[in-house]
Amino acid sequence: MSMEFLLATAIGALTAVGLYLILQRRTFPVVIGLSFLSYAVNAFLFAMGRLTINLPPIVHTEAEGYTDPLPQALVLTAIVITFGMTALIVVLSLRSFLETGADDVTLSTQPDEVATAAHPRREQQ
Amino acid sequence: MKLALIVLIPFIGAVVPPLAIQAGRNICTAVTAAVTALSLIILLTEVPAVYSGIVPQTKTQWLPHLGLSLSFFIDGLGLFFATLILAVGLLIILYARFYLDRADPVGRFFCYLLLFQGSMLGIVLSDNILLIVVFWELTSLSSFLLIGYWYHLPASRAGAFMALLVTGAGGLALIGGMLLLGHIAGSFELTEILTRGEAIKASPLYLPALLLVLFGAFTKSAQFPFHFWLPHAMAAPTPVSAYLHSATMVKAGVFLLARLWPVLSGTPEWFLIVSLTGLITMVVAAWIALFKDDLKALLAFSTVSHLGLLTMLLGLGTRIAVIAAMFHVLNHATFKAALFMCAGIVDHETGTRDIRRLGGLRYFMPITSSLAIIAAASMAGVPLLNGFLSKEMMLEEASHTVYAGQPWLFPVLATVGALLSAAYAGRIIFHVFLGPERHDYPHQPHDPPIGMWLPIAVLAVPIIVIGVMPATLAETIVSAAARAAAGSTLPAYHFALWHGLTPALAMSAIALFGGLMLLWAYPAANRVRLSVPRPDAMMMFVASVAGIVRASRFVVGNLNNGSLPRYFAVIVGTIGVLGLVGFLGAAPASVAGNRTPLAVTLPAVTGWLVLLMACGLIVWRHHDRLAALIVTSIVGLVVSLAFLQFSAPDLALTQISVEVVTTILLLLAINLLPRTTPDELPLRAKFAAGGLALMGGAGIAALAYAVMTRGLETISGYYVEQAKPGGGGANIVNVILVDFRGYDTFGEIIVLAIAALTIFALLDSAMHGAAGRRLARTRFDPTAHDPHPLMLTVVTRVLLPLSLTVGVYILLRGHNVPGGGFIAGLVVAIAFLMQYMASGYVWAHRRARFDAHAMIGGGVMIAGATGLASLLFDKPFLTSTFGHFHLPVFGEVELASAMAFDLGVFSTVVGTCLLSLATLSRVEERAEQASNQAEARAR
Repeated sequence: MSMEFLLATAIGALTAVGLYLILQRRTFPVVIGLSFLSYAVNAFLFAMGRLTINLPPIVHTEAEGYTDPLPQALVLTAIVITFGMTALIVVLSLRSFLETGADDVTLSTQPDEVATAAHPRREQQ
Repeated sequence: MKLALIVLIPFIGAVVPPLAIQAGRNICTAVTAAVTALSLIILLTEVPAVYSGIVPQTKTQWLPHLGLSLSFFIDGLGLFFATLILAVGLLIILYARFYLDRADPVGRFFCYLLLFQGSMLGIVLSDNILLIVVFWELTSLSSFLLIGYWYHLPASRAGAFMALLVTGAGGLALIGGMLLLGHIAGSFELTEILTRGEAIKASPLYLPALLLVLFGAFTKSAQFPFHFWLPHAMAAPTPVSAYLHSATMVKAGVFLLARLWPVLSGTPEWFLIVSLTGLITMVVAAWIALFKDDLKALLAFSTVSHLGLLTMLLGLGTRIAVIAAMFHVLNHATFKAALFMCAGIVDHETGTRDIRRLGGLRYFMPITSSLAIIAAASMAGVPLLNGFLSKEMMLEEASHTVYAGQPWLFPVLATVGALLSAAYAGRIIFHVFLGPERHDYPHQPHDPPIGMWLPIAVLAVPIIVIGVMPATLAETIVSAAARAAAGSTLPAYHFALWHGLTPALAMSAIALFGGLMLLWAYPAANRVRLSVPRPDAMMMFVASVAGIVRASRFVVGNLNNGSLPRYFAVIVGTIGVLGLVGFLGAAPASVAGNRTPLAVTLPAVTGWLVLLMACGLIVWRHHDRLAALIVTSIVGLVVSLAFLQFSAPDLALTQISVEVVTTILLLLAINLLPRTTPDELPLRAKFAAGGLALMGGAGIAALAYAVMTRGLETISGYYVEQAKPGGGGANIVNVILVDFRGYDTFGEIIVLAIAALTIFALLDSAMHGAAGRRLARTRFDPTAHDPHPLMLTVVTRVLLPLSLTVGVYILLRGHNVPGGGFIAGLVVAIAFLMQYMASGYVWAHRRARFDAHAMIGGGVMIAGATGLASLLFDKPFLTSTFGHFHLPVFGEVELASAMAFDLGVFSTVVGTCLLSLATLSRVEERAEQASNQAEARAR
């Protein structure tokens, strides 16, 4: 076993859980699943810079070397964007629940009704 | 530029008729004709140059990286077709003025007609094959508009739809063919491609390119088995039929075959496909035409038959056949346009186009009848008229063509085609114009005004002049066109009435007399026709379109059924399959690379085990939403510890503070959402989802492991070296964010701002309507009597100044040590959010001395202003600067403009978090009040 193995399997596990949860039929598991996928993606991106221990991304005269700072910068913004995305979809699902009283992510439509399903509320009025 | 004008004038002029119609139909016709005439005059000024062997060219780049340029050229072939388009166009405009009814919108008609004219000129004058495709599609579109001109008639709409579908499909194939052709030749310029015929014919891509181009040409020129759309396009007004569907547009396919003749012809594939398609079309369409009772339908199928004749000639691959084809293009345009216009007059005057109800029209309309008889006789191949000459050339070529080892096939079938052609031409002459006088017409027909028969008379002149003296004018025009089409010098030949006693003369004679015999035996022949099966093209077309619609409905209905899990499954499955194909397709390699792995440590293994347990737990227990949330935050914690372990302190700090904010947010949301997820997924679906998830997880794990165990050629050397001297900061990650890649960060905070404002919009309006009523009905569990516990309230209030200080400290130091605007923003936001949590929305909101909207907008503006400031110093947007300053108390201080940028980031992040969560807690507060009131009432 190596650190690389641990991180790779952890990323795999997070991905698998994330995929399993987004395949559920309610909004909340989908939100949680997307969070898991985001963890996995961020860790994966970070891992593209390879793993280093005790090599800081801070310029210092006594530093023996540096870790790759570029993936870190990318992932830092990705983490913050993930927050924005999570907040948005959670609020979206909350609003849709308040509006309709249902929190499922499937429309029960027949193939021929796909076109009309785009405006279900307008039809009801 | 002058050349481009020839094509552009009709397009620009197309806006004039709809305006000019206000001044009356005559003015409108006059300006339309003037536009066409202007184009024609400019074209004719090029005639001396072209005939002296010069090829005028012009070129303007359009999309150079795609190989598309606005380049035009005129050679003999282009000049020939362009003259035909404009000259016939002028006659058609005059004719249409009198043909169209007072109620018809004439301005619109002429507008479409000019659009078509420009598109057609574009095809024949373009020097870029992609540009040809553009104009090709424009002719399909303008033809659609013209066929559907009387859009109140169902037949018009159906015909227009069918024409668009068939020629549009051909256009798509043509795009593919042209791209292949350009790829093989290495250029999209036609004049370049024409010099590379040998290389193209030798290429392995020759056959696919040929087939695609032929598909485009055959659909446009209505070749068998795509011939069925043309007769239905006759629902258009007669001027359109005469112009588009006999003289010009349908010849675009023939033009393309002629244009690419030097490049594509001369191979066995070309000969076998093109000549046979042409021959079959010629005979089959002529047979159908003979028995059509509708005058226009007869002419339509006769047009298809003649297009087949042209295609066959080009397919033969000899240069004499090219001359014959060009000659017949000219002759067919004259007599067929004339016949269509005559048919229009007959329809106009008698109110019917049914041949069975017509006859003896020469007694009522002598002028029209004479002109029609001349044109029809030319079509039949009567000597001394132009149709005879080119038809005889065709028969001469067919007479010594050996197809697939059969010397009799082409001569016999070509004679049969000519014979049928003579028969249906005879039918027009004898059954419509000659014959006994009839008195059962709805009203007495008479010759139309001169404006309607004059165009026909003008066309009758070349029919006779060429027929009698072919060597004078026609030979010059036709040989210039044929020389350009063949791309080389022409063999010796001569247009003449008398070539001696040749096989072709015998075939001509057989065709003419055989045609008359067939006409005499018409009732018997008709019985023969009725006894053989006659497939209905319209029915087959409608059925196949319906089949395609059903198939796509089925696919769309199953893919786009409104179910998010279905979409995710399709997306994940597709990515998985693509990844697997890529993996199996590559050279086999082991997953593990040869980079020295890092030894594991006990804390790392512990963290790993915790994470795996959390993953197992959430799959098992995710129905309890609160438990799922807790497990998620554990995972977030482990991830941030992992960042810390692997030398990423900034990431660790960011992850943990984001984790706090996210958890608070989800807690607030859970309070209003159902507390549990029903266990509703059938076992089969669970296994399917699990299988897909495991496949994805395993793939990602293998990929991550493969990458991590291999070496890395980093591209970050520049950033590491320049962070201090160039960016003025020691924290490379932060310098990248606010300086090197500042533009990305600027974009990102704008995204955050948009997300926050969207959340605000979603929640602010949730207080009203259906959502508001549901909120008012919310009942919280009354056991939680103390929403704001004293301990929590006191501690958070005491901690607030401390937290704010820490936040500001992290912001200021971020440029040199872990920290920065993002992390500081999150920390400060958490400090404020704690107040909302502990003391309630109302309390916190009353004391908040800031406006979250202003913080978001201000943050973006500060960051933007920092970027703009660099413009003042003539540096690109977001160029940073820094300097050392001596301050009285602090001593030597380093300040970078990037720090101001980071302040903008900080402000945006604080505003985003506060706006999102405060709005959410306001909604919560509303629900809580409603709940308390209801409880009080109940008590």
